[in-house]
Formats: sequence, structure tokens, C-alpha cells
Amino acid sequence: MAALSKKNPVDLIFSSITAIASFSVIIFIFGILYVLVSESSLAISRFGIIKFLTSTDWNPVTESFGALTNIYGTVITTFISLLIAIPVAIGIAIFVTEISPNFLKAPIGIAIELLAAIPSIIYGMWGLFTLSPIMSNYVEPFLKKITAGIPVLSILFQGTPMGIDILTASIILSIMIIPFTASIARDSFNLTPSVVKESAYAIGATKWEVVKNVVIPYSKLGVFGGIVLSLGRALGETMAVAFVLGNNHRITTSLLDAAATITVTLANEFAEADNDVYLSALFYLALVLFVMSFITLAIAKFFLLKAERKYSR
Amino acid sequence: MKTVLKLVLAIVLVLSYAHVEAAETLNGAGATFPYPVYSAWAFDYNKITGVQLNYQSIGSGGGVRQVTERTVHFGASDDPLKADQLQKDKLFQFPAVIGGVVPVANLENVKPGELKLDPESLCKMFFGEIKFWDDPKIVKMNPGLKLPHAEMTVIYRSDGAGTTAIFTHYLAETCPDWKSKVGEGKAVKFPVGIGGKGNEGVANYVKRTPNSIGYVEFAYAKQNKLDYTQLKNKAGNFVEPGFASFEDAAETGDFDAKKDFYLWLTNAPGKNSWPIAGATFILLAKEKADSNKNVVKFFDWAFKNGDNKAKELVYVPLPKSLKEKIKTYWKANGLQ
Repeated sequence: MAALSKKNPVDLIFSSITAIASFSVIIFIFGILYVLVSESSLAISRFGIIKFLTSTDWNPVTESFGALTNIYGTVITTFISLLIAIPVAIGIAIFVTEISPNFLKAPIGIAIELLAAIPSIIYGMWGLFTLSPIMSNYVEPFLKKITAGIPVLSILFQGTPMGIDILTASIILSIMIIPFTASIARDSFNLTPSVVKESAYAIGATKWEVVKNVVIPYSKLGVFGGIVLSLGRALGETMAVAFVLGNNHRITTSLLDAAATITVTLANEFAEADNDVYLSALFYLALVLFVMSFITLAIAKFFLLKAERKYSR
Repeated sequence: MKTVLKLVLAIVLVLSYAHVEAAETLNGAGATFPYPVYSAWAFDYNKITGVQLNYQSIGSGGGVRQVTERTVHFGASDDPLKADQLQKDKLFQFPAVIGGVVPVANLENVKPGELKLDPESLCKMFFGEIKFWDDPKIVKMNPGLKLPHAEMTVIYRSDGAGTTAIFTHYLAETCPDWKSKVGEGKAVKFPVGIGGKGNEGVANYVKRTPNSIGYVEFAYAKQNKLDYTQLKNKAGNFVEPGFASFEDAAETGDFDAKKDFYLWLTNAPGKNSWPIAGATFILLAKEKADSNKNVVKFFDWAFKNGDNKAKELVYVPLPKSLKEKIKTYWKANGLQ
């Protein structure tokens, strides 16, 4: 069979096209990495690695650049958005697969997919014009009120509730990543063999027990994969965040303060970066994000592989 | 048969497109601020002459880069280039239209144009040194207004922008502290406040945040009905932003053809001049004689016929005296 396909020119063309397509991905990745490194070489030689990563100064006028405020903003918004999104997404997935009546499954599924199809600029506009007033008028004053006096929590909600802050940005982000986590979790839940579930029901398990002891352990890996995918999206999301984050290069302890993420800084400042060091520092920032995403994905893959091996044994 | 038909159709399409291209197209790129007026002019010009003018609003920095690399027929920049850079990159430069930056505030019981500010207090506000609206300095200038004892929120542009460049240039010029501690540029490290993306972002934040102060292009302040302030100008008078005070600034500003019109139009000396104005500039590659003539033809037409259109879009047309200077500059450099 193999010998036959080798003789067939159409087959040969077909297989080489697919091979070229696959290798082009690798070439692109290295190409991007190369450009990032070469463009940021000026900033690397000027600021070094440790100093760039630990400096909180971002001042185009004095040409002094540090990435820490941007890294902090990226990490904190991503973390909070995952904190909100994961429980909601898993809840959606459990409802759709285990609890909802059949006639509801399709509409909810389509709604989730539609949520994923909305362009991020629309989330940004919606966040700025609709969500942010709601946050500043109702949600944030309420949070301030109930946390007042509680030691650590009150620090998180210090300051004037403006609706343009880390909390609002994180909520928008979480809405944007819920579809990814939810639809992958749903698909993994669906993979649980019905025989296993039915056996559990047969021995008298309640719905909660079936979900907790059968469905979730069975589909852990898939759910984890979905979370990693949404983590990747949250790390790189730009436009929606740019509108509601306040773009402030400062490290703050309050969730009601403005901050800046790496991508937001890039989007804001790239077009008008008019001297070489400035432009190079922005490329350096992009390189940092590239490495951050790479490390996150690598860690996730590592755990996935480890779990998979353990599971298959 | 069908394939052949499709092929023929495709060829016809491509050829007809090429034919249109040949008719004459001018490509420009640069500042976002003048984009609406350039495209409105281009639309009218196209109706009369058939010449197509494409303008891409990619930002001033991009405009300078593109014309330096000679990928467009003209570049546009919100801030002027100095003579030595023009020399180095072999560029001509002239202003095309005037705009202004206005401080805007959100205060209850205060109407647009009522609040009076001087440069020192504006500077202190953006430093975070004046924290409350009932600060004695502000109250003294505004005896008739009831200013609240409320903390002010400062709002700035987060994206690199000509608006910020003009505004910080003004602050640096009037306030030594600002010059030494913050500096000027399209993006600076603001000591206090939060950043809105674009004029629309700042306008929206100010509108939504009680007791805030920010700065936007005059057109945005007008269209969004924001409470713009009066400012004390170089001559010592309080002036309101508007066509009259911008025109006064443009007329009294020292645009010099010998310096390729390099000028920041801040603190113009006129009695009624608005102190934070700025021209937006056109850049031409020196060696491209043919396309330069066509670009100049377009702006010559726009200077003659485009003033009303510009005003409709809340831009300030160049004053007559400056147009004359530019014409002389064109003739002297063989552009017309």
C-alpha cells in the first residue's frame, strides 16, 4: 500500500503540501522569536534582563523602561479572571451535560459559542459604556461596604470606585474566556461513558455524587486543557482590556485601581513610539510576553502528559 | 466553458482596476487627528478633478516613518519636525490645518466655559499637588462659582498621541517643575490619574467621573458637550476655546518658512490667543517632484475652497497670512 502511494504523483503532492503546512508553523514561531529578539536587542543591552524585569519605571521621556508593572497587570488580571471564569464555566458544563432537559441543551450550547464569536473590541466598548458604570455605581461601592473593616479584604477594595480598574477588566476577561473553558469542559464531560454513570446511579448515587465522583474525575484532563486554553487567551487579550483598565504603569494593592498589561501597553504605545530605545523596549516587552506564554503552556503540557500517563496505567 | 468565462471576467476586472489606478492616485499616511478633514477634502476634490486621494490615519509616528521610507506620496504629522531632521531625511514641511487642546472638567453646577484656570494651577492639578476643587488658588480665580470640597480625578491619554505632546509641551513651557520632573512627549509618565484610550476614552471617562479633569481635542469637547475651561493666556487674559481664539493664536504665532514652519503653537502672544493650539503638518519627499506637485495642487485647492468644510468638522482653517507664506514656500521650492 505504501509503495503504491509513493508512485502516485497526486498522493505525493498532497502529502508534501500537508508537510509544508505543518512545518510552516514551526518556521513562523522561530521567525517571530527571531524578530522579537533582534528588534529588542537595543533594549536588552541597555537595560539587561534582571533590571528590565524588576524595574517599575516606565518613562518614555527619560527613556527608562522596566516591565514589572506590565507583568504584574497581566498576571493579576489573568488570575482574577480565571478565578471567576472557572467555577462558572464548569457549572455551565455540568448543567448542560447532566442536569438540563434536552430541549435546553442546544440553545445554551449555541449561546456559549456565540459568546466566543463576539470580537473583543465589542467587549471593550460594552465594558466601557455599560459594565463600567454599573461597576462604579453599584458593584464596587457594595464591595467596599461589605469589606470595610475586614483586614486583608478591605485593602483589596481601597480607593474611589471608578469602574475603570483591575476588577472591571478581570470581569470582562472572565466573560471572554468562559466559552472556551465551558465548551471544552462540556465536551469532556460528554465523553464519560454512560455505562459508568448509570452504574453509579444504579447503586443509589445522587446527581451531585455522580458529578463529583464519576464525571469530574473522568474528565479532569479535558477540563484542565480548557483552562489552559483560556489562560492563553487571557494573557494575550488586548482591546477589551485596553478600554477598561485605566492604563497606569503602577503596582497597586487595590483592585479598584488602574493598571496596565503587556498587551495594552503595546497597543497603546506602539504606533507613536518615536525613538529607537522606546520602540525596542516595546519589542522587549512583547518578547517577555512570548516567553511567559511559552512557559505557561509548557507547564500545562507537562502536567497534562504526566496525568495522562498516570491515568492510562 | 464556465471556467473560461470566469477567467475572462477576472482579467477584465483586473484590467479595469488598473485603468482606475492609472487615472491618478495620491497616497498619504500619518496623523489621526486631521483624518476627517483630509478625507472630506479628498472626497470633494475627487468629484471636481477625478484625482483619488487615499489617506491612512496610522498615527504621526507612522506617517513620518512611511514618508522617510518613501512608501507614500505625503506624510502627515501632528508635531513639527526640526530643520536638521528634515535636512537629513530630505523632506519638505508645511502646516495644513490648526487644532487645539482644551482642558475639560466634570463639575456639578458649572457650565462649559465658566471655570477659569491659569497655567500654574493646571500644572499643579496634573502633579496632584492641588487635590481639591475648593483649593484657594482655584477659588480666587472663580469668585462666582460654587466649587465643591471634592477630590479631583486627573484623566490623561494612555496611548501615545499628538494631543498629549501639545498638552505636555504647554505644561513644560509654563511650568518649570513639569519640565524638569515629567517632561514632554507623545507619552509621558503622568504623576497622578488614570489613562483613557484615545480622545473618546478620555472624553468618556471625564463625562462619567464626577469632579474629574482631563484634556481632549477641542472637537471632542464640543461634540461631547464637555465642560471645557477658560485659560489664562500669555497676554494675561482669560480666553475661551473657540474658532476665534484658535485663529488668533495661528495669526500671531511665528510660523517661519525659513524653518519649514517648525513651530509649537503654544502660548501664542496674541491678546485673544488660546494658549494650547497646534498645527498639523504635511511632509513631502524632496526628490519626488511630480507627485509633490499633485499633492500641493490638492492642498492649494483645499486652502482656497475647504475652509467651510473644515469648520463644519470643528477644525480651524489656516489664517490668510499663513496661507500666503506657504504659497511662497511652495514657489520657492519649485513645488508649484
